[in-house]
Amino acid sequence: MARAVSTRRMLVLTAIGWTIGLVLFFPIVWTILTSFKTEGEAIASPPSFLFFNWTLENYAEVQSRSNYLKHVMNSVVISLGSTALALAIAIPAAWAMAFSPTRHTKDVLMWMLSTKMLPPVGVLIPIYLMFRDTGLLDTRLGLVIVMTLINLPIVVWMLYTYFKEIPADILEAARMDGASLRNEILFVLAPMAVPGIASTVLLNIILAWNEAFWTLNLTAANAAPLTAFIASYSSPEGLFWAKLSAASTLAIAPILIMGWFSQKQLVRGLTFGAVK
Amino acid sequence: MKMERLVLGACSAIALSLAGAAGAETLTIATVNNGDMIRMQKLADDFTSKNPDITLDWVVMEENVLRQKVTTDIATKGGQYDVMTIGTYEVPIWAKQNWLVPLDNLGTDYAVNDILPAIRKGLSVDGKLYAAPFYGESSMTMYRKDLFQKAGITMPDAPSWSFVADAARKITDKSKELYGICLRGKAGWGENMAFLTAMGNSFGARWFDESWKAQFDQPEWKKTLSFYVDLMKDAGPPGASSNGFNENLALFQSGKCAMWIDATVAASFVTDPKESKVADQVGFALAPDTGLGKRSNWLWSWALAIPASTNKQASAEKFIAWATGKNYIDLVASKEGWANVPPGTRTSLYENPKYVEAAPFANMTLQSIRQADPENPTVKPVPYVGVQFVAIPEFQGIGTAVGQQFAAALAGQASVDQALKNAQQITERTMAKSGYPKK
Amino acid sequence: MATLHTRSVARAMMAPSVLLLLAWMAVPLAMTLYFSFVRYNLLMPGSLEWIGFLNYSFFLTDPAFGTALVNTLRLVGGVLLITVVGGTFLAILLDQPFFGQGIVRILTIAPFFVMPTVSALVWKNMLMHPVYGLFAWLARTFGLQPLDWLASVPLFSVTLIVAWQWLPFATLILLTALQSLDEEQKEAAQMDGARAPSLFFYIVLPHLARAITVVVLIETIFLLSVFAEILVTTNGGPGYDSTNLTYLVYAQALLQFDVGGASAGGIVAVILANIVAIFLVRLIGKNLET
Repeated sequence: MARAVSTRRMLVLTAIGWTIGLVLFFPIVWTILTSFKTEGEAIASPPSFLFFNWTLENYAEVQSRSNYLKHVMNSVVISLGSTALALAIAIPAAWAMAFSPTRHTKDVLMWMLSTKMLPPVGVLIPIYLMFRDTGLLDTRLGLVIVMTLINLPIVVWMLYTYFKEIPADILEAARMDGASLRNEILFVLAPMAVPGIASTVLLNIILAWNEAFWTLNLTAANAAPLTAFIASYSSPEGLFWAKLSAASTLAIAPILIMGWFSQKQLVRGLTFGAVK
Repeated sequence: MKMERLVLGACSAIALSLAGAAGAETLTIATVNNGDMIRMQKLADDFTSKNPDITLDWVVMEENVLRQKVTTDIATKGGQYDVMTIGTYEVPIWAKQNWLVPLDNLGTDYAVNDILPAIRKGLSVDGKLYAAPFYGESSMTMYRKDLFQKAGITMPDAPSWSFVADAARKITDKSKELYGICLRGKAGWGENMAFLTAMGNSFGARWFDESWKAQFDQPEWKKTLSFYVDLMKDAGPPGASSNGFNENLALFQSGKCAMWIDATVAASFVTDPKESKVADQVGFALAPDTGLGKRSNWLWSWALAIPASTNKQASAEKFIAWATGKNYIDLVASKEGWANVPPGTRTSLYENPKYVEAAPFANMTLQSIRQADPENPTVKPVPYVGVQFVAIPEFQGIGTAVGQQFAAALAGQASVDQALKNAQQITERTMAKSGYPKK
Repeated sequence: MATLHTRSVARAMMAPSVLLLLAWMAVPLAMTLYFSFVRYNLLMPGSLEWIGFLNYSFFLTDPAFGTALVNTLRLVGGVLLITVVGGTFLAILLDQPFFGQGIVRILTIAPFFVMPTVSALVWKNMLMHPVYGLFAWLARTFGLQPLDWLASVPLFSVTLIVAWQWLPFATLILLTALQSLDEEQKEAAQMDGARAPSLFFYIVLPHLARAITVVVLIETIFLLSVFAEILVTTNGGPGYDSTNLTYLVYAQALLQFDVGGASAGGIVAVILANIVAIFLVRLIGKNLET
């Protein structure tokens, strides 16, 4: 019976949904469109939406000025590397917290989250000095370590909430069957935890990819990721809207594409864990 | 499993990146993303083909980000950079700390004496050059000849502030998005405070008296700021409090401003028909004054320096000699035309008939630079060095905070009196914390 | 009997992350704490002179401090309000079937993937600019005076930009929570003649409580240290109108290079953040219990 009204309702919902979706997405479309304009057209008023002379000159300029691929590689290595490292450290911790909680588990979790509240600028100089002395300045390894530590609290916390959803009886049963701890994790826990881990991984990659304080301040030429690449296009001199748009499009394209493809996974993982 | 491969991949990538490159010496050059520096980066093949044993790694960034990075690095002796692009503000402070290598080995054909005296003085400490100027600038008045003609006004070569204000109000036609004057309003020590400090000089204002007491409670500052706020309210563009150099450049290039008082380097952009709609209509005059003997023009230079923490000093010197030498100017001229060479560094450039012909603004630029005196910037004596800044480490912070107050006054969110009162308080507090007045 | 064994194993498994975070917290924190009691300006090297609480008193009596504190809370509160309310609405919308639902969902979450610096630059230059911005053009098209966003309503503009970035996050979390709402429960309520508003307030909202908690908690952590957006758009101004605590610390650390002052500011910010955290945990911690 409820289906009877649906056609009209569907149309209204479709109109509302698309309007909101397009409005929210608009700044991104606008950036992409601007990246194909000349600098003059980029600031023209009234603005042209589709009917302008499409040009690739901004991309050519960006290509000739900076080594885009190097920055992408750095971003990829730093975000994947730190995610992998964070997982390796966080999975055991979250597992322990979820399955052998003590009175202090909640406090430890909260404390971990509170470490994220230290404003990075306040500790830049101490970290810079430590990095200088250990030779980690401007290395990918250094940034992998920093990104790991920065995101570790979130990773532990997310994994913890996922793991808690796994019924303890199953583990009990496995243990009865004489499964070792290793097997317990590998064959019982892992398959059930995969969706949760996957969405944690995705979220962490996004956060690491977009982090712009440490990646900018601890690198020079070698390890600079895409955030540093962007910093060279917001110019205090001359017209730069179109070039900036081209650089921005290049900087967000990889993560946007990854995000779109994995969007279903992200939703499924989140459903399974954190919010149930 | 997938995850395993991921970890392995990440690890091997890290290992690869750690291995690094060996062999040729690599110079890491930190520079600002202004047009002239980007051109230098593009022309750098000329240098590497002459010096095959040196490779160049560029870190090109927006000015403020770059300044943060190089300052942190040099102060902690991080040693990440071999050549740094710094300005006349940093040079005296850094040189005193022995953070910079004096540049006495730039080669015999470098012709140090050819560097414009005002610029050279700004980059030297105790007579030693610590940074080689890549380009130099002062500020001047740029105006639209067509609009002035239409309004029946003639711009003198050396206008006064009252003339400028009258002309601006007369030409303004807000219904047509035409504004009489565009001035910097965006907060920042290198943005609105560069302009307002220089403007204050022409009104007889100063940052500190001889015993380092802040002077924002003095009538000269009140006159300066009221004049500026009133003028911008009547004849300035909307949103002036977020306009810096670049925003005003775009406004002027798109024909929305009749006058613009800003850096002399802008002259080549506003007269470039590829970028500017008003290229053939731009005239130049000195920055305005009020008859007190000082004009509101500043002095700045972006210069290349070698941090003491590098161990590649010889190569860095070679690079600096290349980038700031006479041959580089010829190289740019041959590839991009004379109008595009980095201006404001060498006397010989202004004696070159080809340049003077290609750059209608050459004479005004030279006059403006010559008139700036960093040691006696304003009417009354001051204890500091610097025309549009005060060369002490505290200035970046104070300048930006005071700039915020003045931007608020411009935006109409605070009165001129309130802004000056806050500025005085901010300056006194910070100076007191640093232990001023000293001796 | 196994518990003793499991417990020590558990402890061993937690050890790496706890120890690493401890080190990550403790070492810089100890250095920061020390720096906060000495006169240490990067640009004026020399011996680090012990000056007691001078750095703290200067930071706490800074005329900008009170404003920054209020701005921090307003920014966090404003973004939370927009993202939670907007996110709930969007989640309910996206939970209904309509044409192209999948594509709309993708469009909606896309802002989350954009780097903060990039989105701030885009909003500032291409949307909110009073002359070239699209909003100004729209205003003029309708015969209105364009609003100078970043000068007239700076904090609101920053709030809007940050909310745009975080709305997708809230939507995603709330949407997934909504999808786990029992269809039968809803239908039963509808059978009982429950109308849409009461359905929403008595069934949907209570179900979303925990998800909203998650959103509030995670977003608060990130929003307390919003910085790039402010630096790029308003530089904390005009005046102190959009200065938050993080920005104030930044001004000490990277404009004045006053490491001592910045360290004191950092410590103050940590203490305040922890007060907020404790408050949050008290307030909503119960929601996290299963």
